[in-house]
Amino acid sequence: MPAPNPLLLIAELTYKCPLHCAYCSNPTDIGNSRYRDELTTEQWQRVLRESAELGVLQLALTGGEPMARRDIVELTATARESGLYSTLVTSALPFPPRRAQALKEAGLDHVQISFQDSDAVAADAIAGVAGFRRKVKAAAIARELGFPLTVNVVLHRGNLDRVEQIIAMAEELGARRLELANTQYHGWAALNRATLMPTREQLEHGEQVVQRERERLGARMEILWVLPDYYEELPKPCMGGWAADAILIQPNGDVLPCQAAASIPGLPIDNVRDRSLAEIWFESEVFQRFRGTEWMQEPCRSCPLGRQEVDHGGCRCQALALTGDATATDPVCHLSPNHQIIVDAREAANAARPDFEPGKLVPRTLHGLASASA
Amino acid sequence: MSETALTRPQLAPGVRLHWDRVRERQTLLYPEGALTLNQTAVDVLELCDGARSLDEIAGVLSEKYGGADVRADVGELLAAIAERGLVVDASA
Repeated sequence: MPAPNPLLLIAELTYKCPLHCAYCSNPTDIGNSRYRDELTTEQWQRVLRESAELGVLQLALTGGEPMARRDIVELTATARESGLYSTLVTSALPFPPRRAQALKEAGLDHVQISFQDSDAVAADAIAGVAGFRRKVKAAAIARELGFPLTVNVVLHRGNLDRVEQIIAMAEELGARRLELANTQYHGWAALNRATLMPTREQLEHGEQVVQRERERLGARMEILWVLPDYYEELPKPCMGGWAADAILIQPNGDVLPCQAAASIPGLPIDNVRDRSLAEIWFESEVFQRFRGTEWMQEPCRSCPLGRQEVDHGGCRCQALALTGDATATDPVCHLSPNHQIIVDAREAANAARPDFEPGKLVPRTLHGLASASA
Repeated sequence: MSETALTRPQLAPGVRLHWDRVRERQTLLYPEGALTLNQTAVDVLELCDGARSLDEIAGVLSEKYGGADVRADVGELLAAIAERGLVVDASA
């Protein structure tokens, strides 16, 4: 069966970012010199056109911080000309009104601003920079320009108790959507798992608040609640399945099926400088590797729940990170022989210990992991 | 959201119609999503300009469809799309 055409392009334009969030999903080796060799404007423009021809409908302009690219307005214009629906995924540091206006005129469709917390002091502590008030201002600018606004907040042990205040903040900012994303433990978040992981009680409270607020808000503001893997018994259909819907391009043009795929050893990663996006999508070894169900081992191979096409074996990168084998069943699944790893991690999070110890976090830094932990 | 809340419907900010030339179908694009539309839905949404009332939209379509009474169908369709926040009332 031929692969379906992709729907989503995640364009990581640069790994430069003024923020230092310890749960960043970027790779921990972003300081590596190979990522500094960023694609040129023309190369990105070619890629955007190719993606539209390949069937991509949604484009996420992200990073790092996409506003750090000087050509962000030009790239947005090309996206619009190609028919792509574009979202700027930004920290809003910076978000100057004139530039925002230029983005609007270039045809940017949607703005997503990350907030670290509803509490300014706690937010700035996670971001590692005094940015909260500027973010609030940026949200107002986006709204005044007529952009639909999504507020994105990554949830963890340190802010989960403020879900109610976070929802109120998003409402006040005029957000049309609020993404409450419980931390996924990839990239920097994997390093900081022990500090970030919430208790079961925190999660249950958060979920109750979300249910109640969804009813109150109706169509006015949509609230997305991304389930916390470690408290699930069945894995998520990561990315909707390996190379099923999405293409991710790193700042240097490396093409991957997801943000963490480069962590899988031995994958011969293709670059848009060498091959067309269509060739990579349909023919490259990386994109074929875990497509479909042929690669699965037990218990996935004969899944008694018939979930092969539902969760696709869960996340390959998580399977690798936790078991050392990228073809293993995601340990989140209660049928996985390695499920105890998940149980142990959440039991540790629920054992009596201090509420939240931000001092223990390893912050995201472009200098890379080695110097960060030195 | 009830149907009566839509007096002069229009697409919500950041929502637009798109011809998906790869899959050869009409699509409604919105933040982080896409909805496949049939021709009737496209006909209705193309008339949602924030100026026409629900009755006027139904009137134009009725003429197009040879005099059929489409008022209820149009109202139902728009209510379903409004429930997702993709259509809003211009006079609100």
